[in-house]
Amino acid sequence: MSDATTQGGWLVLLTLGVALALMVLPMPFGLEMLRPQWVALLTLYWCLTVPDRFGVFSAFALGLALDLILGSLLGQHALSLSLLAYAAVMLQQRVRVFPIWQQAVFVWLLLVAERLINLWVLAATATPLPAWDDWMSTLIGFLLWPWLFFVMSDLARRAGLV
Amino acid sequence: MFALGLIIADHRYERLERVRVVLSVLTDPLHFAVDAPTRAIRATQERLVRESQLRALNQALRRENLLLKGRLQQFEALEAENMRLRDLLGSSFNVGERVLIAEILAVDLTPARQQVMLNKGANAGVFIGQPVLDANAVMGQVVRVNPSSSVVLLITDSEHALPVEVNRNGLRSIAAGTGVGHDLELLYIPKNADIREGDLLVTSGMGERFPPGYPVARVTVVRQDPDNPFTTVLAEPTARLDRSREVLLVWTLDPRMYPNALTDAERIRARVAP
Repeated sequence: MSDATTQGGWLVLLTLGVALALMVLPMPFGLEMLRPQWVALLTLYWCLTVPDRFGVFSAFALGLALDLILGSLLGQHALSLSLLAYAAVMLQQRVRVFPIWQQAVFVWLLLVAERLINLWVLAATATPLPAWDDWMSTLIGFLLWPWLFFVMSDLARRAGLV
Repeated sequence: MFALGLIIADHRYERLERVRVVLSVLTDPLHFAVDAPTRAIRATQERLVRESQLRALNQALRRENLLLKGRLQQFEALEAENMRLRDLLGSSFNVGERVLIAEILAVDLTPARQQVMLNKGANAGVFIGQPVLDANAVMGQVVRVNPSSSVVLLITDSEHALPVEVNRNGLRSIAAGTGVGHDLELLYIPKNADIREGDLLVTSGMGERFPPGYPVARVTVVRQDPDNPFTTVLAEPTARLDRSREVLLVWTLDPRMYPNALTDAERIRARVAP
């Protein structure tokens, strides 16, 4: 194992932990539907940046953790996040060279797909579905992506990940 | 693919409840950590209260206490009378309840489900199906128990229903959550039923899960829809579902309802009393 593959793992874990906490942090009343899909965004970022170290299996474990924390069906987010990670890792060569806004659109599409998979699981198990305005969170994620990308790149560089 | 298997296992067979409970040991700290800032802010607020405010509050509480005590005296007399009358009728009626105060953690669980998390779990004797009240009325019931936390399904969740009766005339019905806003819907009320806006709904105890006689909701809308064979009745919960922070967990000490409730109660008393 060379240095490049062992360095900075703590940053990945830390950011994912923060993302998990943000998923359950109470939002101001009436704004619950504006909560960005933090965990999905972070999964995408790490899949696009260090695909050799963060892939489908990590995303699966992360999804399980999210399921436990949210109290959703065990495996629901594991499924959606691992499919998300699969798509991101497959397309990462191409997406990495996109300009940032184009990247954001790509991210938005994947976020919508993640939501769709979740909805599909909910519908298949006859669980009550969220309201329409729940889709707002994907738009928030879209707007958030450029900022998240810059901040995370800076952090990753300092931690010696890239 | 493994995830699909997990989903099916969890949904269909509920095999994973044990796994979930064990793994919750890992995730519980996160819930408590997320709750910490809110708790800190509240503590600071409490510390920064003015003395005059405290005095006013103290006075108000004293007055309320006096009022409630006065009313309680009446209730005790009434309860004794009620018991005497029931004895005369020869029917057994045993009211005995033990409560424990728990706090709601400031965490948002799955959106679209009306659930809250409490800071008491199996270690405090909480069990699945246990009724949860606040100072005003019924809030919901426990659906998942971890060692040191538990998840409560509120009565407004669209998968929750509880048997109620109209306090005024004893008309029985089922109050189902709608999941939209904070409304309950009464199911299967005939067109000619005697129900009015403002009627208080109380638990009827028919499901043998909620103790009878606790307030649940107040009727807000009574409407006759031509396409509905029943009366449409909506009610607003009297519990402050989105505002209260402290809740009461109730143990009903009726040996007929819960075969092992007495032993449970003994254990809980031992734990709570000191």
